[in-house]
Amino acid sequence: MSKGSGSARIQIEGVEKSFSLDGGSMAALVDVNLEIQAGELLCLLGPSGCGKSTLLNIVAGFLPPTRGRVLVDGTPVTGPGPERGVVFQEYVLFPWLTVQENIEFGPRLMGVPAARRREVVARYLEMVGLSEHAAKFPLQLSGGMKQRVAIARALANNPSIVLMDEPFGALDAQTREVMQEELSRIQRLEHKTIVFVTHSIREAVYLADRVVVMTRSPGRIKEVFAIKLPANRDRFAAEFTHYESEITQVVKEEVAKAHP
Amino acid sequence: MQWGLRGTPLSPRRALALRLGVVLAFLGLWSIASGLVVVLKLFNPIFLAGPWVVLGKVLQLALNGQLWGHVLATLERVGIGFGTGAVLALSLGLPAGRWSALRNVLEPIVELLRPIPPLALLPLFIVWVGIGETSKIAFITYATFFPMFLTTVHAVQQVDPLLLRAAASLGARRRQLFFRVVLPAALPEILTGIRLGVALSFFVIVISEFIGAEEGLGYLINDGRNFFLVPQMLGAAIVLGLLGYTSNALVVRFERRWLRWERSTA
Repeated sequence: MSKGSGSARIQIEGVEKSFSLDGGSMAALVDVNLEIQAGELLCLLGPSGCGKSTLLNIVAGFLPPTRGRVLVDGTPVTGPGPERGVVFQEYVLFPWLTVQENIEFGPRLMGVPAARRREVVARYLEMVGLSEHAAKFPLQLSGGMKQRVAIARALANNPSIVLMDEPFGALDAQTREVMQEELSRIQRLEHKTIVFVTHSIREAVYLADRVVVMTRSPGRIKEVFAIKLPANRDRFAAEFTHYESEITQVVKEEVAKAHP
Repeated sequence: MQWGLRGTPLSPRRALALRLGVVLAFLGLWSIASGLVVVLKLFNPIFLAGPWVVLGKVLQLALNGQLWGHVLATLERVGIGFGTGAVLALSLGLPAGRWSALRNVLEPIVELLRPIPPLALLPLFIVWVGIGETSKIAFITYATFFPMFLTTVHAVQQVDPLLLRAAASLGARRRQLFFRVVLPAALPEILTGIRLGVALSFFVIVISEFIGAEEGLGYLINDGRNFFLVPQMLGAAIVLGLLGYTSNALVVRFERRWLRWERSTA
């Protein structure tokens, strides 16, 4: 039965995942237990190949766990659903739709009337600063702009949960920081429950309420850090660097195991 | 076009002038060649009619009304034959691309029949369904089905699974995934297949009209052959070329309208 109090938005219970490989099977995740509260921004951090994206894909309902289960508001996940928005590293916009049509994709599926859809689109276009680009096609946008559209598309569908898989991983350093600031600003307005996968410690400390550090493959939870910093964070504050170095120590142990 | 990669592009006016010039030069060379045959008595001049004689023949057939009957007969066969082929290819190819069970049933059959050149089966079609309209139309349907079916299956299989994941997590169900993601994502390649099918239908109609037709542009060519009417043969071929060009341009127009997003770049 559920270990949690029942108040957690997402409960990950004893999740294991193995993939079949050359006749054998390879464990990607081992005994992952985690509770994510409503309104929390949780970062999954770990070396590449540690299974953090696999875990996110299980929560999204794209992959079934080999063992264990994921509950969202007490209901087991059996597939993808509109209450769990997803933002991918590769943006994954619909190239045949304009920016505006991409953002209203979800509301349109739900049968939201056109007038209401226009309001929603205008609001999120404004939020991500792309109001002038509504009529453009994705091929006409830069990487940063595409990821803004992808975030707006996920939010416009009004999910209670947003799952983000290294969303800023393909962006250059400057754009990346701007996007982090934007996400943190949006989160202060929207109070979503966010699971954010990253391999950047700085990014995790900047964004997260809690940082979950995973071990190298097969992935399990190594340590959980609660980041007690103000909502509007300063990357150069002493406390910020303190968290950064503390988490770096723990991550280094894992990387060292891979290269003894 | 980008600087230095493909050379300096010509201005549109110059490009058009160049294209027209090449066409005129071709007509000029043709005129000279047919003229030399007459002047130098190389061979019987009826074998190589000059372009103006051919054009005159086409005009004559157009003005006395004979041409239109042949054009309509050919277009009707192509229209019905290709249309049926496209409907079959799409209604089998779209689900076959999506569901591997259906694909595993259809693919062996297609792979078995596809290597046989369709023309090799034309006499068989005539034996089976007779020499009339049905065999010609069925033959076009048969010949055009394969490329359109295969490109459609491939197009659907190539749809990026991440697009499906994105749509599913926005709440799309089976039907919506198909109509709002699979279909638009596969459309560019499907249209390429349709263009192949259109070209192929003009290719095969001519030959099936050689055999036992009483009208149609293929009949006109074959009739010309029986009576050494070279201008009629060349004229009918040119009209076929124009029809093929026009139908291809029509598909390109649809492509431009529906695939506007593909040509938009930063």
